[in-house]
Amino acid sequence: MFNRRTFLAGSAAASFFSYSALSAAFGDTPKDILVVAQQLDNMTSLDPHESFEAVGSEISSNCYQKLVKPSLDKPSEIVGDLAESWEPAADGKSITFRLRKDAKFASGQPVTAEDAAFSLQRAVIMNKGPAFIINQFGFTKDNAAERIKVRDANTLVLTLEEPTSPSFLLYCLSANVGSVVEKKVAVEKAQGDDLGNGWLRQNTAGSGEWVLRSWKPSESIMLDANPTRQKGNVKRIILRHIVDPSAQLLMLQKGDADVARNLTTEQLRTLQGDANYNLVRKGVASLMVISMNQKSSNLAKPQVWQAIKWALDYQGIQKNIVPLTHTVHQSMVPGGFPGAIDDKPYQKDLAKAKALMAEAGLADGFEVTMDHYSAQPYPDIAQTIQANLAEIGIRVKLMAAENRQVLTKMRARQHELILTAWGSDYFDPNTNVEAFCVNTDNGDDARNRTLAWRSSWQDKQMSERSVEALKERDPAKRIALYEKLQRDHMANSPFAIMMQAVTTAACRKNVSGVRLGTLSDTHSYAGASKA
Amino acid sequence: MKKRLSALAGLLASVSLTLIGLVIITFLIGRVMPIDPVLAAVGDNAPQEVVERVRQEMGLDQPILQQFLYFLGQLLHGDLGRSILTRNLVTSDIARYFPATLELATAAIIVAALIGIPLGVWAAVRQGTWIDQAIRVVCLAGHSVPVFVLALISLLVFYAVLGIAPGPGRQDIIFQDMVPHVTGLLTIDALIAGDWDAFWDALAHMVQPVCILAYFSMAYITRMTRAFMLDALHGEYVITARAKGLSPATVIWIHAFPNVGVQLVTVLALTYAGLLEGAVVTETVFSWPGLGQYLTVSLMNADMNPVIGATLLVGLVYVGLNLLADALYRQLDPRVR
Repeated sequence: MFNRRTFLAGSAAASFFSYSALSAAFGDTPKDILVVAQQLDNMTSLDPHESFEAVGSEISSNCYQKLVKPSLDKPSEIVGDLAESWEPAADGKSITFRLRKDAKFASGQPVTAEDAAFSLQRAVIMNKGPAFIINQFGFTKDNAAERIKVRDANTLVLTLEEPTSPSFLLYCLSANVGSVVEKKVAVEKAQGDDLGNGWLRQNTAGSGEWVLRSWKPSESIMLDANPTRQKGNVKRIILRHIVDPSAQLLMLQKGDADVARNLTTEQLRTLQGDANYNLVRKGVASLMVISMNQKSSNLAKPQVWQAIKWALDYQGIQKNIVPLTHTVHQSMVPGGFPGAIDDKPYQKDLAKAKALMAEAGLADGFEVTMDHYSAQPYPDIAQTIQANLAEIGIRVKLMAAENRQVLTKMRARQHELILTAWGSDYFDPNTNVEAFCVNTDNGDDARNRTLAWRSSWQDKQMSERSVEALKERDPAKRIALYEKLQRDHMANSPFAIMMQAVTTAACRKNVSGVRLGTLSDTHSYAGASKA
Repeated sequence: MKKRLSALAGLLASVSLTLIGLVIITFLIGRVMPIDPVLAAVGDNAPQEVVERVRQEMGLDQPILQQFLYFLGQLLHGDLGRSILTRNLVTSDIARYFPATLELATAAIIVAALIGIPLGVWAAVRQGTWIDQAIRVVCLAGHSVPVFVLALISLLVFYAVLGIAPGPGRQDIIFQDMVPHVTGLLTIDALIAGDWDAFWDALAHMVQPVCILAYFSMAYITRMTRAFMLDALHGEYVITARAKGLSPATVIWIHAFPNVGVQLVTVLALTYAGLLEGAVVTETVFSWPGLGQYLTVSLMNADMNPVIGATLLVGLVYVGLNLLADALYRQLDPRVR
């Protein structure tokens, strides 16, 4: 059956399809190109005044600069980015920024106060998803030109609706929506009254370290170094859309990727302690939380809130299910944020939990449903929670669904218990404190649908204290107010905050300069180098 | 002539009805799905006024019937709308994603047919022998082992351990953006550009996903071929041919196989159509930016314009391949003419 001729033909065919010749020719990725394997779907826009999801914000923030930014080394400090100094008015109703004179866009044009004013006005006028971050200072489409004003080529003055904490304003301006785009380019590329939005969704016109070369949705993003700002020796970054974390790991190990961004705990374990890889880790502003809808009579009892919090095995879940991707965190403000506390008062104590159930008149427990995301690690964690709560008589029926389906149900307040993740919008404690505490109108048609509203939970005192902390102009006093709020919220709210996510960029050992921040728009490739 | 015109009118009517049915069902599924499409556009944390404004801009605040009629009107003008996620016209997105799937599916069906048909014939001729049993085991494995397992094992063995196959993706980064987009089929575009290195690279990247898809399809084609051949080999005309003393090869390939060919056309057409829907799992593991991934990501985000667009395309593919199979029937079977 097999003769010499068929063997030779087979061998020839095998060599024809073999990739070894090609791979030997290329070897590892080129020295001046950084290849990143990452999940890039769900990215809708690169316009910094529109982009409001993690990957888009990360890419966009690498291509633009803001007036100010949180220090990567000490995030509780704000440092100048395009602004060299700023001066809040004594009455707290305005702030003056002086811009650096040496800053240039990738086009070579200098960054002026005119560009900064145009950019902030543009964000307000377009009023896309992230615009509320700066609109909360009273800017509207009608008053933007009047309240965001250029004093001279390098001076910008913002006039606010009411006296405001300078630190709150600065943190909000450090969000991606505070990015400065080159006015001339945006105006030239504008179609109708879109202020260049159509063009800037898929192009960049900024002064950041990187310039977008191409974006092929669900395929790749290519960034070229901005020649005016280059720090490291990497001249191009290619982010490849690799959906499967196992494939990301294989590419990293083979040298086809320099950085892998979405490895799971199991995959990270294989790299831990291996000198060939450097794991850059950072706690990010994403909290895993169980929210209890107050429309359910059983879940409306404060003793039940407490019982659930005391029944959960936080440490066990973290150690056994998500040891490298989450840490135990029980406060509503994520670690790494200004004012965040690290208290962890809750641990599994069945006796205490059962006593609280009895005190609530529910010694025999009750039945309840819990919605959760279907993507790992949520199903594993949900099953552990189910087992934990069964020990105090709460019989949980799990309902897994796609991320958006769970969110839609929660926004309609149709859930009972829900295990979800909550991400922060900007680098100030108010972003989460407002979400978790403020609910001024608990009606079904309320305009402000915070996380507290979605859980039908209204605590007037907590709402008022949140606003008081927001308006406090003394930074130290403000932090103290937030610390107390977090402790009280932990003790008395229908939210069992369990974990904070930790993101890891697994880099090959010859890669340096990849830095992760608490928010996705502070992940930075500035200074990325390859040895 | 009149008869032909009437047949053509009947055909057009049935195709139109199929497509309209597809549009209605997909549209309704999209609207009753418990996912708010606005979330994909503005994110979960956007203020309610932004959510409501975008809902209005997307026309989602209108009654369903009005939304459907508007959509149908746009569709009749060839406008499938824009994707929320990519912000591109759905037609241009499909023009980008579909060639990737077409390239993969076409290569896979060719490989599957070239291996599966002879294997099926062989198994039928050697019915009950160890050869038949061995082919059955191979086919069962192809059908029963999940595609993602095969794909991951393939990547691990041929890419990571042996290093004889490239990693995920359609091309190496060295060739990224080097080949001008003409047809969207990378191998063909590389040939048009005369870039042989890019051609070999694109071809090498196809080998693993094509083999996985071909194996899965081959298992089905082999089993069907075997069943059809067994039926044919027991036909009286085959017994007559054997009695006349014709060689086994002549009996199998000249007398029995042409009759099997008619049935195989349907099997091949439907298998090919299935592959053209986009093999989501294979595309995911190999990071292949094809129609399957586009459709899945859009569906997860309730981004319904791409879902309807891609579904219509898949419907057209099915209708087209069915028509092609009908036409081939007439060529292969004189009784149908």
